[in-house]
Amino acid sequence: MALLEVNDLHTSFATDDGIVRAVEGVSFTVEKGQTLGIVGESGCGKSVTCLTIMGLNPKRNTITSGEALWKGKNLLTAKPRALREIRGAEISMIFQDPMTSLNPVHTIGKQLIEAVQLHRDVTTRAARARARELLKAVGIPRADARMDDYPHQFSGGMRQRVMIAMALINDPDLLIADEPTTALDVTTQAQILTLMKRLQEEFGSAIMMITHDLGVVAEVADDVLVMYAANVVEQADVDDLFNRPQHPYTWGLMGSLPRLEADLERLTQIPGQPPSLLRPPAGCRFHPRCPHVMEVCKTTVPPLAPSERDAAHLQACHLDQETKDREAAKLIEATMAEAR
Amino acid sequence: MNEQQATAMSMNDRPQESDDLLVVEDVQKYFPITRGIIFQKQIGAVQAVDGVSFSVKQGETLGIVGESGCGKSTLARCIVKLLEVTGGRIQFDGRDITKLSRVKMRPMRREMTMIFQDPYASLNPRKRVGFIVGEPLEVHGLGTAAEIKRRVQELLEVVGLNPEHYNRFPHEFSGGQRQRIGVARALAVNPKLIVCDEPVSALDVSVQAQILNLLKDLQDDFGLTYIFIAHDLNVVRHISDRVLVMYLGKVAEVASRDVLYKEPKHPYTGALMSAVPIPNPELGRKREPIVLEGDVPSPVNPPSGCRFHPRCPRFDVEEPPLYPFGAGHVAACHYPLERWPMTPDEIRRRGTAQAPVPEQALQT
Repeated sequence: MALLEVNDLHTSFATDDGIVRAVEGVSFTVEKGQTLGIVGESGCGKSVTCLTIMGLNPKRNTITSGEALWKGKNLLTAKPRALREIRGAEISMIFQDPMTSLNPVHTIGKQLIEAVQLHRDVTTRAARARARELLKAVGIPRADARMDDYPHQFSGGMRQRVMIAMALINDPDLLIADEPTTALDVTTQAQILTLMKRLQEEFGSAIMMITHDLGVVAEVADDVLVMYAANVVEQADVDDLFNRPQHPYTWGLMGSLPRLEADLERLTQIPGQPPSLLRPPAGCRFHPRCPHVMEVCKTTVPPLAPSERDAAHLQACHLDQETKDREAAKLIEATMAEAR
Repeated sequence: MNEQQATAMSMNDRPQESDDLLVVEDVQKYFPITRGIIFQKQIGAVQAVDGVSFSVKQGETLGIVGESGCGKSTLARCIVKLLEVTGGRIQFDGRDITKLSRVKMRPMRREMTMIFQDPYASLNPRKRVGFIVGEPLEVHGLGTAAEIKRRVQELLEVVGLNPEHYNRFPHEFSGGQRQRIGVARALAVNPKLIVCDEPVSALDVSVQAQILNLLKDLQDDFGLTYIFIAHDLNVVRHISDRVLVMYLGKVAEVASRDVLYKEPKHPYTGALMSAVPIPNPELGRKREPIVLEGDVPSPVNPPSGCRFHPRCPRFDVEEPPLYPFGAGHVAACHYPLERWPMTPDEIRRRGTAQAPVPEQALQT
């Protein structure tokens, strides 16, 4: 049985302007020890997917359907108390901005101890020892002394390490990381990614990595979900996705990336901007920006189906396989020319 | 005259070449730290920029990279005189602008404009786009109201916006479109130099590509000179002709783009490059990244000697000068990288087998 199995997840928000369909029919599974990457631009629904699984959306105006099976139990219908027991213990989350996700008026030691004692019946002394152990594991120098420091006494990278320590303190089976390195410098990002990989090997937890950075995905993920305007447009094994991308949006993303390892005179840009989820375009959501748009795209939503070449590679596009192969090969040729 | 001589000259305080649009010599910017409410006394200084020299040629794009807090934005603000420098000289188009008063500086502001990082914060939400883009023209008294309106509509078209959106407010535009408005405003007065301070860091990848392409097209069309500041090495590589790497207020390395990315000499440049995730899983797995330990030290109390030494696997106590490596390539390191890529272990042991300093360097 998969650790987490999400089936046909839909999330909408009722707003003053109308209903925003933020996630429409997302399905995936996460196995033990696996890293799933979710990529997409801002507003594509990648964060909402995770917040829905965690039950963190505002109750008042959220409409959810589908199921999210955590070890066989549906999280979407679980009671708040049951959810509280899972959150922080079995599933934990790291947020994008380490500056705002720690409480500024408590020492980090206190915040770490709180995380332990919420889920385990242990003495403060034992919880403190556990907190110290985790701070050491995430590479904070002088962990003992720094337990009594406040968040503002830490740099951005160090705070993100504290967040990771807090997320891992109860040995979770799944770690959801929502843009954990976006606010950090590249060198710090490299430290944090290396740390996450090492800790995953040590603790054996599964990771869901939400990011807009294809580079980060390539570095850490085993499987990748590409989202565009509330839909999954492509889903594949990381090597497959980068070597044989099958969706025009994925091509656009890869082509628009300035790269260190290749010299591109001009970036291929995706024209226009992502659509509003209040009034998304009919048919394929990507058709107004797609260079390969056909008549059928404007009326019919392409289903997320296995590609003709590989049953494990899912894609949602009406284009014929030959065109896709040709375009993918062209893209790889252009971006890899110099790297070879 | 080649680049090497040009750089060497600007560093040696000799008269600069006529094709240098901007010459920055030994610029320092210290922010005082004071204590006390009524009787304030200075108890220290944030050494944000400490002795930076470089020159930018007409029509060239100079990229400036570094981590947050390395002083790159402060440097940008000093260049356009939004901040007064503490020491050093800035020469623009053959004129020393370091000591110019606000009034004397005003006509110069037509020649150098700036594009800011955050398109959400840098546009006045209460003003219409037409006003925002036309304001510089009005300030400099360039044309009547009707002329300005015509010019603004032309500019909106140039940056890829609909000229009919003249009367809209900034909130009606997406992030990428707002950044286009920022570009239009910077272009309005036909400047020679545009200082771009992280113009694409707040944007999504697909929109980022649009803005980068736009900036390149504008440069081709109007012969603009850019100083392009970013923390993203990929972006800087894409747009720059030459790249300057900054670390903690000082220049770590300057080289032409192709040279810098193929043969970096400073270990910090190497570490920065190897920290960039490669959007290609195969290549990513093959390489051995150099992971820097620790954080950037505080510029209040920078490390003595080489400022990079606490994070460098091999260092000396003395502060390194900028050693030349030919063709305008300079790097501030006693033990430059011998080749690229190097493994972390090789970097640790570098310079032990051969002379630590290249021969040409000894002559300067």
